[in-house]
Amino acid sequence: MQTPAPTDYVRATSVSHAISLLEEHGEESRILAGGHSLLPMMKLRIARPEMLIDINELDELRGIRVDGDELVLGAMVTHREVLESPVLFEHYAIFRECEKVIADPLVRNRGTVGGSMCQADPSEDLSAVGSALRGSVVIQGASGTRTVPLREFHEGPYETQVEPAEIMTEVRFPIRPGAGSAYEKVERRVGDWPVCSAGVYVVVSDGLVTDCGIGLTAVSAEHFCAPAAEAFLIGKAPTEDNLRSAAQLAADAADPSSDQRGPADYKKHLANELTYRALVRAAAASQGA
Amino acid sequence: MTAVEEVPLSPAGNPIGFGNMKRVEDQRFVRGQGNYVDDVSLPGMVHGAILRSPFAHARINGIDTSRAEQLPGVLAVITGKVLEGIPRPDLLGDNFAWMPTLSYDTQAVLATDKVRFQGQEVAFVIATDRYIAKDALELIDVDYEPLEPVMDAKRAMEPGAPIIRDDKGQQDNSITDVHGHKDWESGNAIGTAEAIAAAQADPDCVVVTQEVMYPRVHPAPMETCGSVAFLDKVTGQLTLYTTSQAPHAHRTVYAMVAGLPEHKIRVISPDIGGGFGNKVGIYPGYVLSIVGSIVTGKPVKWMEDRNENLTSTSFARDYHMTGTIAATKEGKILAVDVDVLADHGAFNGVAQPTNYPAGFFHIFSGSYDYPNAHCKVTPVYTNKAPGGVAYACSFRITEAVYLIERLVDCLAAELGMDPAELRLKNLLRPEQFPYTSPTGWVYDSGQYENTMRLALEMADYDQLRREQAEKRARGEYMGIGLSFFTEGVGAGPRKDMDILGLGMADGIELRVHPTGKAVLRLSVQSQGQAHETTYAQIVAHELGIPPEDIEVVHGDTDQTPFGLGTYGSRSTPVSGAAAAVVSRKVKDKARQIAAAALECSPDDLEWQLGQWHVKGDPERAKTIQEIALLSHGSLELPDGVEGHLEATTVYNPPNLTYPYGCYVCVVDVDPGTGQVKVRRFIAVDDCGTRINPMVVEGQVHGGIADGIGMALMELIAFDEDGNCLGGSFMDYLLPTSMECPDYELGETVTPSPHHPIGAKGVGESATVGSPPAVVNAVIDAISPFGVRHADMPLTPANVWRAIQGRPVRVDMAVE
Ligand SMILES: Cc1cc2nc3c(=O)[nH]c(=O)nc-3n(C[C@H](O)[C@H](O)[C@H](O)COP(=O)(O)OP(=O)(O)OC[C@H]3O[C@@H](n4cnc5c(N)ncnc54)[C@H](O)[C@@H]3O)c2cc1C
Repeated sequence: MQTPAPTDYVRATSVSHAISLLEEHGEESRILAGGHSLLPMMKLRIARPEMLIDINELDELRGIRVDGDELVLGAMVTHREVLESPVLFEHYAIFRECEKVIADPLVRNRGTVGGSMCQADPSEDLSAVGSALRGSVVIQGASGTRTVPLREFHEGPYETQVEPAEIMTEVRFPIRPGAGSAYEKVERRVGDWPVCSAGVYVVVSDGLVTDCGIGLTAVSAEHFCAPAAEAFLIGKAPTEDNLRSAAQLAADAADPSSDQRGPADYKKHLANELTYRALVRAAAASQGA
Repeated sequence: MTAVEEVPLSPAGNPIGFGNMKRVEDQRFVRGQGNYVDDVSLPGMVHGAILRSPFAHARINGIDTSRAEQLPGVLAVITGKVLEGIPRPDLLGDNFAWMPTLSYDTQAVLATDKVRFQGQEVAFVIATDRYIAKDALELIDVDYEPLEPVMDAKRAMEPGAPIIRDDKGQQDNSITDVHGHKDWESGNAIGTAEAIAAAQADPDCVVVTQEVMYPRVHPAPMETCGSVAFLDKVTGQLTLYTTSQAPHAHRTVYAMVAGLPEHKIRVISPDIGGGFGNKVGIYPGYVLSIVGSIVTGKPVKWMEDRNENLTSTSFARDYHMTGTIAATKEGKILAVDVDVLADHGAFNGVAQPTNYPAGFFHIFSGSYDYPNAHCKVTPVYTNKAPGGVAYACSFRITEAVYLIERLVDCLAAELGMDPAELRLKNLLRPEQFPYTSPTGWVYDSGQYENTMRLALEMADYDQLRREQAEKRARGEYMGIGLSFFTEGVGAGPRKDMDILGLGMADGIELRVHPTGKAVLRLSVQSQGQAHETTYAQIVAHELGIPPEDIEVVHGDTDQTPFGLGTYGSRSTPVSGAAAAVVSRKVKDKARQIAAAALECSPDDLEWQLGQWHVKGDPERAKTIQEIALLSHGSLELPDGVEGHLEATTVYNPPNLTYPYGCYVCVVDVDPGTGQVKVRRFIAVDDCGTRINPMVVEGQVHGGIADGIGMALMELIAFDEDGNCLGGSFMDYLLPTSMECPDYELGETVTPSPHHPIGAKGVGESATVGSPPAVVNAVIDAISPFGVRHADMPLTPANVWRAIQGRPVRVDMAVE
């Protein structure tokens, strides 16, 4: 049995209560969402917060809804809810495709969207989705709320724009009629983190790509995206050659390092191959194939 | 095809003998009512935790425990210095800081001079609870002076490499076995060299050499290792609850190590959550819990966490093998020569019979008929965790089978011959049994070709090859892999086999109560093998007592006779035989008693399952239950026949048993990503008589999953700095049901001629036989890219790199 260091625990009753608790207990306090990243780190004593502020009872942070032309996910929406959500699937198949390959049912039952984003693991799958779709997050602190585009959210591995006394309350994604989307992941074993994943959306109109987004994870792509590849595709036909070229540009955005999941050259190859495969499927979906 | 005859059913619906029967032990396991070591709680119990080295190789200049000692709740902090101060009056060492290993080497209980692997035990804290004990570890200051770690077995052999075992005055990193040898050889060196040289010179022959690494893996049982020790100062009795696959052997070793009188030691192995060889050896933690109880006067529990289990307890494999195989162009194998560099880690803790320093590796000549085979095994120390033979490997037969089955496939590729055809050409023939192998093993029985043909038929091999050809034409890559394995299991004959001087025969005791219910006391310890079910079935088969009327007692040295434990698939071959023999002794005695009761001569009686009756007059009979009551009653017994109905025996196996099988694996490989999907797995096992076919199938299922894991994902690698890269289940990947297809199992039954019920061990067959089938399938799939070999684990990255012609080196950090 792994044994964490001593810690204290308090249950927040509202978002503002949670924020005041964060202010009260300072840097050594941490939000506890699903606990599937935080608790393993505590058990290994990599993390040793002195105070855990549990936000699991905050219904205001739950729920998936459509708000105008945006999809809105509360921070406490679980992976499982994303996986099973008809409205998310209706707009973007990428949500279901991605969630299917995140961890296992046990983790998905408790792990949350907010936790995933705030953990900011460099291999986080939802970060690739969030960047591909150009989502944004809403962050709340004592002085109010602000909205940050996901492509500016990450400041580095495990570092985000969420300040110590702030809470992320929701993630928002623009709805894009006619978009096709897809997610491709290579993992060493089911439930494992990605060796590399690529998530994309493509809008094809009159035979040309009018809009697209390409997200990559686990390969150190800046802000989990590949803007040059996106720019290249706009206005082009989704031919095999064009998609191959875009995939190559996406791989250029990756700067992976070797580890036990694979050597850097392999990961770079995957960034290319998986982007290509995702683009092919997303373009086909956008064209109603 | 099954040897299981129609057997009568008991009132509870169980077979009175062999046949499918649900595992009795599952009743408690599926209800969460098992009783594992960590469930043991004794009055006044306190908790121990081990401080482990962050370095793979470092000198210890000092340890300051004062801050830890001051933490409220801490009772004691024990270091190597403290242990050095406790003299040990025995032949095995001077003090408690060191203990003997199962291979006559020494291992530090707590490091004194140096740490020699990452995760090595440095200090032991005893506290009132587990959390405080762990908190206290962070308050111990150790002054380490890092030294260059030796993480590569080849580097260890280089002149000028840092010396790991300077404690023993070593001048290099070689390991000398108890007989004084550095290299260990088997087979015919000259004949093999000559045969290979002749083949090289002969245009009608081919010679293929291949380097094959079996990387380090870990048994990773769900239950980690641990113990609860209580030394009662009033009675002098030591009670040790422990995760042990061999409670009796452990008791004897504790008697020798701790200088405690053996009759005052009671070792209890309650339910064990998986062993796979991980729980054969004695770990410093067990010894420390005993020392802790001596120091505090209280029961001390020590239970590893997952990281400790993966980084410090007995690993498996780590064999760097180079094999050379010679054959005629028609595919007749002529000779195999093997050179092995064996990485044993920092202490030689390999569990194996004394006279077999490389275990049973020299069974590598495999299932094939050729006269010349030779191997040389060179063991070395490195700065890795010690241990050795573990993980369902039948004492290194896993490595041997993997090597020969890979070599045969490499040969097939060289010859352009179908690997099935090549195997069929060379398999031993039924009339050759008992067969003496070129390295001296005597295989007891086999109908190899039948078994292989059944496997090919179940797989529809020819159709698979056609499908493969069609797919290749479309640019799809499927692979078909075969393996044929022979194991020698059931160690072993006392004259040849012992561990630390303890012969490998097993005692057993059977007692039939007056009402005909029975208690069977075993020396072996189940870790999931269903002994409580299958041993009752053996007695039922022999005596006709329903299995539900037989209680199987095991895992407590005070309750059971001496024996060497469960590993190396030895329980059925040795203790299973003992169960049959002891039942027959009881049956013979029952015959005397029945004769007295029926007023006839014992010679006039005939046995029919469950009763003795007068020949030709089945009405005049006494059932075993009636006889049991008579034996305890007032019936006048003949001279020389004592009352009661019980017997004991010690079974000394005349030979090993030789289970075998043929496996076929079908995979699909995505060359764009390197991902492998195991689509089908066909396994035909011949383990002789099947006591409980369902239990056999369970063992085979588990073993194939193990094999898929090792072939595709499991790995304990280290970086250059000595960090273990497989220290958690996020890094050490075990297969799940998603990676395993529905298994297609078949059987042939060729009983062992020397085993009383014809059974052979099967616990490790599938673990031994499946990795080469999976690897051969993957290599077959990517052979169009010119790939002849890549080392396990065949992760997506490794497969992709193999296709690029640049396979990764698997034992070091991926670059
Ligand atoms: C076995 C396993 C396998 C996994 N596999 C994958 C995988 O394949 N792909 C993948 O992408 N992920 C994987 N994960 C990670 C999983 O997705 C995350 O653990 C989980 O989603 C994080 O969410 P959580 O709710 O559990 O966060 P927690 O662990 O509760 O929190 C994580 C961090 O975020 C902070 N935090 C949480 N919520 C907020 C908030 N609203 N505002 C501010 N800060 C907050 C916490 O303080 C903490 O620092 C795996 C995890 C496990 C245990």
